[in-house]
Order: sequence, then structure tokens, then C-alpha cells
Amino acid sequence: MTEPADRDLDLFEPRETDVFAGFEGDIPGEPGRIETWIRAYGPAAVAFVVVLVLWEALTRAFDVETFLLPKPSEIAQRFVVNFDVIWAAGFRTFFEALGGFVVGGVLAVVMALATVRWSAVREGLLPFAIAANTMPIIALAPIANNWFNVTSPVSKMAVVAVIVFFPVMINTARGLLEVQPEELELLRAAAATPRQILRLVRIPSALPFFFSSLKVASALSIIGAIVAEYFGGPQDVLGQYILNRANLFQFPDAWAAIVVASIIGITFYMVIVVAERLAMPWHVSLRETDTA
Amino acid sequence: MSDAVVLARGVGKVFGAGAARVEALTGIDLRIDQGEFISLIGPSGCGKSTLLRLIGDLLQPSTGELIVNGKEPRQARLDRDYGIVFQQATLLDWRTVRANVELPLEIMGVPKDERQARATEMLSLVQLEEFADHHPWQLSGGMQQRVAIARALSFRPALLLMDEPFGALDEMTRELMQQEVLRIWTETETTVVFVTHSIPEAVFLSTRVVVMSPRPGRISQVVDVPLPHPRNVDTRESDDYYRLITEVREALRRGEER
Amino acid sequence: MTDASEVVSTASRRSPRVRRVVGFLGVLAAVVVTWELYKVVGEALGGVVPGTELRLRPPPNDRFMPHSWDVVLQLFRPVRRNGELTVLLLGKAAMFTLREALVGFVVGGVIGFGLGVAFVRSTLAERAFMPYVVASQTVPIIAIAPMVVVWGGQLDVPQWLSVALIAAYLTFFPVTINTVRGLRSPAPTAVEMMRSYAATPSQVLWKLQVPSALPYIFTALKVSATASVIGAIVGELPAGFRDGLGRALLEFSQQFNMKKLMAAVLMSALAGILFVAVVTWFEHRLVAGDHRREG
Repeated sequence: MTEPADRDLDLFEPRETDVFAGFEGDIPGEPGRIETWIRAYGPAAVAFVVVLVLWEALTRAFDVETFLLPKPSEIAQRFVVNFDVIWAAGFRTFFEALGGFVVGGVLAVVMALATVRWSAVREGLLPFAIAANTMPIIALAPIANNWFNVTSPVSKMAVVAVIVFFPVMINTARGLLEVQPEELELLRAAAATPRQILRLVRIPSALPFFFSSLKVASALSIIGAIVAEYFGGPQDVLGQYILNRANLFQFPDAWAAIVVASIIGITFYMVIVVAERLAMPWHVSLRETDTA
Repeated sequence: MSDAVVLARGVGKVFGAGAARVEALTGIDLRIDQGEFISLIGPSGCGKSTLLRLIGDLLQPSTGELIVNGKEPRQARLDRDYGIVFQQATLLDWRTVRANVELPLEIMGVPKDERQARATEMLSLVQLEEFADHHPWQLSGGMQQRVAIARALSFRPALLLMDEPFGALDEMTRELMQQEVLRIWTETETTVVFVTHSIPEAVFLSTRVVVMSPRPGRISQVVDVPLPHPRNVDTRESDDYYRLITEVREALRRGEER
Repeated sequence: MTDASEVVSTASRRSPRVRRVVGFLGVLAAVVVTWELYKVVGEALGGVVPGTELRLRPPPNDRFMPHSWDVVLQLFRPVRRNGELTVLLLGKAAMFTLREALVGFVVGGVIGFGLGVAFVRSTLAERAFMPYVVASQTVPIIAIAPMVVVWGGQLDVPQWLSVALIAAYLTFFPVTINTVRGLRSPAPTAVEMMRSYAATPSQVLWKLQVPSALPYIFTALKVSATASVIGAIVGELPAGFRDGLGRALLEFSQQFNMKKLMAAVLMSALAGILFVAVVTWFEHRLVAGDHRREG
């Protein structure tokens, strides 16, 4: 049936107005279009500014105490005053996050490839990874602190690596394994070797899943590093800075540091998005809609 | 006049506007009487599924007059004067076969005892009583369609609309299902409007075949099918059957050429 | 070796769930074996990387890496002299943490579901509010959890409530997104079918859309369950919090007692798994077998 959908079916919203369409969901590699982005985030951005203005105005008007609700202007001021300190802390934390991200990510890809090759890994490690992912991995932070010296970045990298490993491994394995049977049959009929099948079919099929999990992992690595620091760390990392300021009720300083964390997180995410577009130009330009 | 279940006069349907304007149907004049079995056949884009949906008030006509069961299509829908079967059975996975057949009755507020009795009756009509407590995924494609038919007829509508219901089935199952539909049609005395791509199917099932053509979607010819009832394997091998198939095929070709 | 693989292969022929449990246990066993092996070999090497002066990290001695059986035994020893059994203390801490997480989880789930239904009923509402829902997740709530708790304390909000709110915040977003997805998942012909029965919007919602959405919702709930527990643990870290797993982890860490610390980690892991297992149990009850989606 090729007739276009009719808007008379008002119970079922036509997909073109799906605001959600531009957002990365758990369908891997779902592309975001810039216009959809602006349409989706435009109103939010405008409202964000409005909220900021209102927030400032109201806290001034009612002379709200700083420790109850800091003014945006105070946060901005602390951001400027402490600029060097919090950015230095931010980079140290990012270093930990990046280290863990790389180690965890590489290991995850290696193990994902192993699930293709050896069924023992597939039957054993994959269920374990899925179960392990339901556990609060952050609880490993104090152990890492004790093993690798609480002031060393390695202690945080270790935790981040574990946090990143499981989702990346699970999703990449899924992408490598869940190949259409017809594609496999096609290649076997052409007498392709397992390695060729890997290269020609499995890896391209896995790329969307892989990048999708990397995007999630990028956010997890920043948050993981900061939270691991909450369990203990040197003075000059973001987590400890935030915690100390919070315990001293110096909230504007803490918020300024969180702004830095958010900026770093968003930038990291964007880098992955760019990398994804470079790696999979075909996929993004296809602009598939939700197939659920 | 009072026997007409569907009466269409100058019905047209346009989708979109400006550059994207598509004239899916134009100048549809059709009268379907009670007890008929009408097939709508034509190539992609001829508007046959659109016409079916206009009759069912799932779409509204842009022009012309459409009367279903003596009423506005919308009223006919609200009065549940028709049942519809699609190419995908669209059975609800989380309900048993029986519960699926009861669905329209639930929506209509029919009390439980009557619902169950009616569902049992319909399931024996389509010969699936033993599967009443199974789930849809446990049934084959043909069986699922039979459940869909039972569901569509559960509230005894005057009209049955079918949109390529056997399109997803293999040829053997298809022929069996065609036989089934004819049997059900005779037993329930419903009027059927049946959309199909298959010329033999249209000829085998129908009392009349409405041949449609695209760009814009319109009726190019109506072919009477005076084959005797009951129709069966012998019918499929008769000379008249082949002659009528050829006649429909020629009509389709002529429609395309214009 | 042969015996183990025979066991595995016989199990493989049975249901996939058995296979998964066996696989999980297998890896667990492998981890324990590797742990003990590392200790034995490490001690034999004198605690340094062969041929260098580099100390092995983690150090293979009993202080840094207690034997696996010692960790389990620790559970059944008193936490301190004349104190209660470790497992009891940790059990109470786990219950405390889980309670906070559960309250937030349920509240967030209900709100998420409600928002999802509202967004599907009204495109206006969706266009107006969905961007905020999405933007809400750019705030790294787990990272700011301790601060939220301290701040809440300033506003005289009880600590457990702050933590529950954090859990709710973590839950409502995935549930909203997946509810919207799920409510829109039925095929167009299914909606046409309901329309042909002149079903009211309410009937379409409850008889078609919500049952279709349940698998999606449960996928989100399973993810949120873990996030809620993590959020709860992290929220318990700031000074002044006395109960819960977060506090236990921090204290045992500061005491530098690896046995107790690892016992606490073990209990935390079990708490997380338990929560997800309960959600999964509900999923099995509410969602037909063939209908379930793989997480």
C-alpha cells in the first residue's frame, strides 16, 4: 500500500512531528539533524535563559540567602574568580575519565570480538557482563583507592574503565552478533573466510551500536570519575573540590565546578558524535526513522 | 435502492497540497448491494485501499457523496456496521485467541457471558475452537487471519472490508483461505468488499470485480462474474473461469494504457 | 576440565536461562580462580614485576587482597569487637539504601509514565515539554547527588528524601522516553482496527497502547533500577549521613580494612542485583513471554 498516511487518524500521531526523532535513542546510530536539533532544543534554550533571568530576579527580590539558593550571578562570579582552579581540576578529572574510557573501551572491543570467535566467551562473559551492569560498580571506587593509592589518577581510571567496559562490550557484541542471517548466508555462499565476514559484514553492522555505546560511555566516564573522587582523592580534582565546597556550604563555588564538568562532558560527547559521522557517513545520511 | 450497502457518487480523495498534491481517487461511482462479494483490483497507486478506508471512515472523502448502510460513513462506523481485516492480522500478542475475538465486543460493552458465547460461535465458524486459549504467536499465518476474520465478524456487521488479507500467505494456504472466506460469506450472509492484487483470487471470490487504474485513481471497468456457487476446485479448472481472468487482465491493461 | 565443559554443554541444551546462570557462575568462578592465582604467583615473585623494581599493583599480599573465602567469612564475623555480625550491619545498610532508591524509583516511574501518556495524547504538550525532559538529563544528577543532599539538609529536607528525589529524577527520564516510544509502537493497522470498532481514546490507550508499551517501559525500569541504587549510594556520601551502603563503604575504606570493604562491595552488588531481579520478576508477570524485549 503506497498511499500516504492521512492526518484524520488523530489517535496516532504522524511520525514527522515526532520531536523525539532527532534524539539519540537506544536504536543505535539514529541520526540527529541540525534543524531537528534546533527545533527540539530551541525552545528549551530560550526557556533556560528565561529561567535564569527569573531565578536571578526572584532571589534578589526576596533576598534569598546564598546557602538556600544561590543566584546565577553569584555562580557566574565564583566561576570567574576560581576559573584557574576549577579548570585545572576539570582537566585532571578529565584525564582520569579519558584514561579509563580508553582502557575500558579497548578491552571492551577486544572482548566483544572474542564473543564472535569463541562461543565460550559468548555464553559466559556476555551474561556475566549483563548481570554485572546491574550492579553499582561505583562501589569498587574505595577498593581502587586503596589498591592504587588514593591520590593517584590510576585509582579513578580503574573504576572508570570497569564502568565503561560493560556497556561498550555488551552493545558492541550485540552489533557484531546480530547480523541478518541472509547476509551471512550470502557471504558463505561466496566462500568468505570468517575474517572476511567479520570485516565486510559484522564490523560495519556493529559500528552504530559501538558508537551509541561510546556516547553513553563518554557521559559515564566523566560522572564516574567525579563520583569515584567522592570516595577519596587529591584536593585538586573536581569531585573533591565539589564535595569540599558543598560540605562547607559554599554552593556557588560547587555549582561553578559543576558547570565546568557539564561543559567538559558535552564537549567529550560532541567529539564522539563527530567521530561517528566521520566513521559512518553512509549511515547518518540515510536518516532512518524509528523502526520500532 | 434500499438494498445498497455502499453507494458512492463522484467520490474523490486528495492527499497533500501544492507540489505534493496527490489525487488518490477521482469520480468514483459505485453501488454495492446486500449480499454481494466485490473485489477491488488494480496496480499500486490506483486507490483501492484508499477507497476501502473511505468506506470504513478511516479516511474522509474530499469530494462526492458516500453512503454506507444508508448512513454517513462516520455514523456507520460508530454503529459498528462493518468489520475490517488487514493484510497483517494485527492480533494482540498479550491476549489469547479468544480474548482477541472478544475485543470489539469488550469495546462495545457487551456483557461477559454474551461475549464468551459469541466468541465461541465465531471460533467454530472459522474452525479454530481448539486454539481458543492459545496465543497468536503460536498460530500460523493462515490461522491468524482466520482469527482476524472471526474477530471482524464477532459483532455481526452487515459489511466486511478486507484489505489484501491473504497477501502474506503462501499460495496453497491462500487457496484454502479463499475457500474459507466464501464459506463464511455464505453462512453469515455478509456483504464483502475485498481488495486484492491477484486476478485469479478476485475472479474466484467475487460476484463482481471492480477494476481500477492509477494516476488519478479511478474505476476503469466493472466485470460481472456469473460463475455458479458454490465455487470450488472444479470452478478453478473451468473454461469460464479462465475466460473471466483474461477479461479482467485485459481490463487492467486498458486501464494502464490510458 | 572435561567435566566442566561437559556440564556446560549439557546445560546449553537446556533453556537459555539455565545457560545464562551457568555462564555467569562460570565467569565468577574464573574471577575467583584468577584472583587466587594472582596472589600465589605475585607472592612467589616477591610482589614485584619480574625483572624490574616496579611493585605489583594491586599488591598480592593478604592485607590488600584478602583471600576470597576470607571475604565471605568476614560476613559472619562481628563488625567490631562486641559489634553485630557484618552481614547484619550490611544487610540493614542495604535495606536502608534500597528503601530510599525504591521510593524514588516508584515516584519517578509513575511520573514518567504519566508524562509519556500526556505527551502522546497531546502533541502540544509534547512539543512544549519534551525538550525540557531531554535537557534535564544534561544535568549529571549522580555527580551532584552529594551536593543535593547537603543542600537539602540546609532546607531541612530529611536526607533520605533528598536521596529518594535523586532516584526519582534518574528514573523519570528513561521511563518517559520509553513510554512514549512504546505507546506509539502499535502498527498503524492496529490503530485503524481500534478506530473501526469506534473505540474511545481511553479504550485505545488501555487496550492497545499501554500493553504494547509495557515491554519498553520495563526496559527503562531495569536501567533506572540500577541507576537509582547508584544514586542512593552516592547520595549517602556527604558528611553527616549515618546509614546506608555509601556510608559503610566510606567507613570501611577509611579503616583500611579490605576484608570488610570487600564484604560491603559484595553486599552492594547483591543489593543492585536484587532490585533489578524484583523488577524483572514483575516484568515476567505482566508481559507475555513472546512480547518481551531484550534489555
